[in-house]
Amino acid sequence: MTALSLALAIPLLGAIGIALAGRRPNLREGVTLATAGLLFATVLRLLDPVLAGERPQLTLFEILPGLSIAFRIEPLGMLFGLVASGLWIVNSVYSIGYMRGNDEQHQTRFYVCFALSLAAALAIAFAANLLTLFLFYEALTLLTYPLVTHAGSDKARAGGRTYLAILMGTSILFLLPAVIYVWHVAGTTDFTAGGILPAGMDSGTLTLLLALFMFGIGKAALMPFHRWLPAAMVAPTPVSALLHAVAVVKAGVFSVVKVIVYVFGLDQLAGATDWLVAISGFTIVAASVVALNADNLKRRLAYSTVSQLSYVILAAAILAPLSIIGAALHIAAHAFGKITLFFAAGAIYTAAHKTEVSQLDGIGRRMPWTMVAFGIGALSMIGLPPAAGFISKWYLISGAMSQEAWAVVVVMLLSTLLSAAYFLPVLWRAFFRPLSAEAQQHCHGEAPLPMLLALTCTAAGTLALFFFPDAPLALARQLLPTP
Amino acid sequence: MNLVEHLPALQVVLPLLSAPLAVLLRHGGIAFAVVTAGAWAAFATAIGLWLQVGEVGVISYHIGSWAPPWGIEYRVDRLASFVLLLVAGTAAIVLPWSRASIEREIPRELHYLYYAMFGLCLAGLLGITITGDAFNIFVFLEISSLATYVLIALGRDRRALTAAYRYLIMGTIGATFYVIGVGFLYLMTGTLNLVDMAERLRDVESSRPVLVALAFITVGVSLKLALFPLHQWLPNAYTYAPSAVTAFLAATATKVSVYVLIRFWFSVFGETLIFERLPLPEILLLLSLAAMFAASFIAIFQDNLKRLFAYSSVGQIGYITLGMSFDSVSGLTAAIVHLFNHGIAKAAIFLLIGGLVLGLAKPGGAPPAPTFDRLAGLARRMPLTCFGIVIAGLSLIGVPGTAGFISKWYLILAAMEAGQFWLVGAILLSSLLAIAYVWRFVEVAYFRPAPEAAGRQEASLGLLLPAWLLVIATLWFGLDTSFSVGSAAEAARFLVKVGG
Repeated sequence: MTALSLALAIPLLGAIGIALAGRRPNLREGVTLATAGLLFATVLRLLDPVLAGERPQLTLFEILPGLSIAFRIEPLGMLFGLVASGLWIVNSVYSIGYMRGNDEQHQTRFYVCFALSLAAALAIAFAANLLTLFLFYEALTLLTYPLVTHAGSDKARAGGRTYLAILMGTSILFLLPAVIYVWHVAGTTDFTAGGILPAGMDSGTLTLLLALFMFGIGKAALMPFHRWLPAAMVAPTPVSALLHAVAVVKAGVFSVVKVIVYVFGLDQLAGATDWLVAISGFTIVAASVVALNADNLKRRLAYSTVSQLSYVILAAAILAPLSIIGAALHIAAHAFGKITLFFAAGAIYTAAHKTEVSQLDGIGRRMPWTMVAFGIGALSMIGLPPAAGFISKWYLISGAMSQEAWAVVVVMLLSTLLSAAYFLPVLWRAFFRPLSAEAQQHCHGEAPLPMLLALTCTAAGTLALFFFPDAPLALARQLLPTP
Repeated sequence: MNLVEHLPALQVVLPLLSAPLAVLLRHGGIAFAVVTAGAWAAFATAIGLWLQVGEVGVISYHIGSWAPPWGIEYRVDRLASFVLLLVAGTAAIVLPWSRASIEREIPRELHYLYYAMFGLCLAGLLGITITGDAFNIFVFLEISSLATYVLIALGRDRRALTAAYRYLIMGTIGATFYVIGVGFLYLMTGTLNLVDMAERLRDVESSRPVLVALAFITVGVSLKLALFPLHQWLPNAYTYAPSAVTAFLAATATKVSVYVLIRFWFSVFGETLIFERLPLPEILLLLSLAAMFAASFIAIFQDNLKRLFAYSSVGQIGYITLGMSFDSVSGLTAAIVHLFNHGIAKAAIFLLIGGLVLGLAKPGGAPPAPTFDRLAGLARRMPLTCFGIVIAGLSLIGVPGTAGFISKWYLILAAMEAGQFWLVGAILLSSLLAIAYVWRFVEVAYFRPAPEAAGRQEASLGLLLPAWLLVIATLWFGLDTSFSVGSAAEAARFLVKVGG
C-alpha cells in the first residue's frame, strides 16, 4: 500500500478500532492515540517526496463517466494534511483530559466521529478534483454534526441546526452548481496548476462563478455566512479546538485557496477579485469588532477565527505571489495559535468552571502555565514576533504592497490593533487584577496534566514555527509556478 | 424448448401464476412461500433480460407466436429492462420483509389474500413495463391497480378504506382516460402495437383525434404517477396502507407509470410533436416545479412520518418529470436514474418505518401510527433503524456519496445545458426543503428525550436486513454508478435519438 492510501485508511480503521474498544476506555483512548501517531508518521513520510517534486496519486473509482474519486498530493494539501494530522495527536491527549475531567457522556461516539472527521479532512487535503473535494466537504459537515450537538441539550440542538443549515445550505445552493458549472464548461474538475477554465470567459460569468465558490465554501466563514462558527461553540472544547480552529475551518480556506489557484488560476482572475478583497476585508474588521464585545471566551475566540480566516481569503484574493505564500503559511500559523487559545479556554473551564472573560480576574496566578500559553497564542493572533502569526502577516502585507493595494495594508494594520484590543485585556485581567471574592473561596489549580501538556506543546509549536518556518515555507513556495 | 428464449413471457407469467396458487392453497405460510418464489424468479428473469438486452439490443417476443402487429408483442429495450429490474428487485426484497410485518398488521385469515394480491400487483406492473401493446398495457394497468386497491384497504386503520376508495376512483378515472386515448389512437392508426403505431402516427400527427388521444393518455397516466396536482390519492394511500405495501408501491407503482409516460411521449408520439409543436414541456416544467416546492413544503409540516415521506414522494416525482421536460439526453438520464435512485431510497425508508412502528407496538397489539410524539428519543431504542432512515434521507436531500446526488447532478447539468440557470437555483432551493423535513425526524428521534426510559430494543434481523440492503444500495449507487447511470444514459440516448 502506498503512503497516500495508508494516510486515508488509517483514521478509518482507527474509527473501527475505537468503536470496537468502546467498552474499555483506556484501550479506546490508546487506539485513538496510536491512530493519531501512526497517521502523522505516515503523512510525514510523504513530506520529503512532495518537497522533492513528487505528486503521489491514487484513483479509487469512477463515480460518473469521466469523473473519479481521486487523490493527488500537492504542496498546499501536504501542508494542511500535516497540520491537521499533527495537531490531532496533541488534541487527542487534550481530549482525554477534557472528556474525563468533565465526565462527558457518549465518549465512544465522540472519538469515533473525531477519527472519521479527520479522515474526511485528510481526504479534502489530498483531493485531486472538485468532485472529490465536494464529496468529503459534505461528509465533514455531517460527521462533525454529532460532535457539535454532543451535549444533546436544547442549546446544542439549536446550535447544530444553525451549523447544518448554513454549511449545507451554502454548499448545496452555491458550491454544488459552481462545481457542476465548471464540469459543464471545462469538461474536467481536476485541480491543475494555472487553472482549468477555458480562456476568454467573460468577466461577469467569472465573477459570478467566483462568488458561488467563495460563498459556497461556507466553512471559510466569509460574512454573511459566518454564523455557524459561533453556533458551533456549543461543542465540547476539544471539538472547537481541533475542528473549529483547525480541520473544518481550514478545510474551508484551504478549498478557497485551492479553487483560486488550481481552478481559476491567478492570471485568469486578474481584476475580478476586487469585491472579494472588499468583503474579506470587511469580514476581518467586522468580526474583530464583534469579538471585542463578546464576553464569552469561546465566542470571542470564534469571532477571532472568523476574522483570521478572512486573512487567508484576502491573501488569496490579492493574487500576488507573495500573498499566496502568506495565505498558505497562515493556514499553519493560525492553526497552532488558535488551538492553543482554545486549549487554554477549555482548561479554564475544566479547572475553574469559568466561561466568561469578565470572570477571569487574577486567574493567571492560579493557572500560570495556561495563561502564558494563552499569551503566546494571542501574540500569534495579533501577529507579533516571536510567534508564527508574524511571518504569515509579513508575507501578506508584502504581497499587498507589491500590488500597491494600500487599502489592504490599512485593513491589516487596523485588524492588528483590534486583535490586540480584544486579546490583551484578557491577559491583563488574568495577571494584574486581583482575584474576585467569589473566586477566592473556590480553590483550584491548573487543569489536568494531559490538557496542560497539550497546550504547552501547541504554544511551543507556535514559537517554533516562528524560528523554523522552513518546511511550511518550502511547501508554500512550491504553490507558485517556478519562474 | 429453450428457456432463455422465453424469458419475456416468464417475466410476467411466473408472478401471475403465483397469485391464484396462493388463493387455492389458502394458507398464509404456503402462500408466502409461493409468491416469494414467484417474485424471486421474476427478479432472476429480470436480471437475465437485462443481460440479454446488453447483448442483442432490443428483444422482441411474440406471444403465442402471433407476429406483431396482429399478435401481442413483448418488447424489452434498455429502459424496460431497467424498470423491470427495479420492480422485481423491490418485490424480491419487500416480500420476505413483509412476513413479520403483516403478522401484526393484517388478520391471520387474510394473509393468503395479501400474498395473492401482492403477486397480482407485481405481475401487473411487470406486464405494463414489458408489453409493447397499448391495450395490453391497459389490461395490466387494471390488474395491478385492482390488486393495489385491495392491498391498501388491508391496512389496519379504518381510514385505509377511504384511502383505497379514493384511489379506486382516481385510479379508475386515470385508467379510463388512458383507454379512451388508446381508442382514439386505434381509430387513427388501426393498430395497437406501439412500434407500429409510432410509425403510422407520422402521417396523421397533427390531426385533432391524435392530439385528443395525447391529452387523454397524458392526463390519465399523470393521475397514476401522482403528478402534482393529481397526487391527491397518494398521501392517504401511502399513510394507511400496510407498511410493506407502502414500501413496494412507493418504489414501483408511480415509477412504472412514469415509464409509461416516457414510452408514449418519446417512443410513440415522438419528440417533434411533444416538444416542438405543443407547449407540453412548459406545462410539465411548471407542474414539476410546483410539486418540488409545494409537496416538499407540505411534507415539512406533517405530523405522521409515513405521511411526511409520502408528500416527499410527490415532490421527488417532480424531479423525475422535470428531467423529462428538457428533451435532452442529460435530462432524460436524470429522470430515469432518479426513478431508480428514488425508488430504492423510498423503499428503504418505508421498510424502516415499518420496523419502527412494529417496535412501537405494545406486545401483541397493533402497530400505532408513527406520529412525531411517539418517535421522541427513538434513536436510542432503535439505533440501526433510525440511522438507516437518516442515510436514505440524505439521499433524498442529494448529499454526495448517496444515489440522490447522482440524480441531482444530471438534473442540474441538464438545466445548465438548456441554459436555464434560474432552474438550477430552483432545483437547489427545493432540496433545502428536503433537509428541513429529514432533519425534523433527526431532531425528534435523536434529541427529544424519550417519554419512558427504555433499553435498546432494535427491530428483528428479518426486518433490518432487507431494509439495510436497500440503504446500502442507496450508498452503493451513489459511488459506483456504472449500472444505474450506465443503463439510464443508454436508455436516454436511445429514446432521444429515436424521436429526433
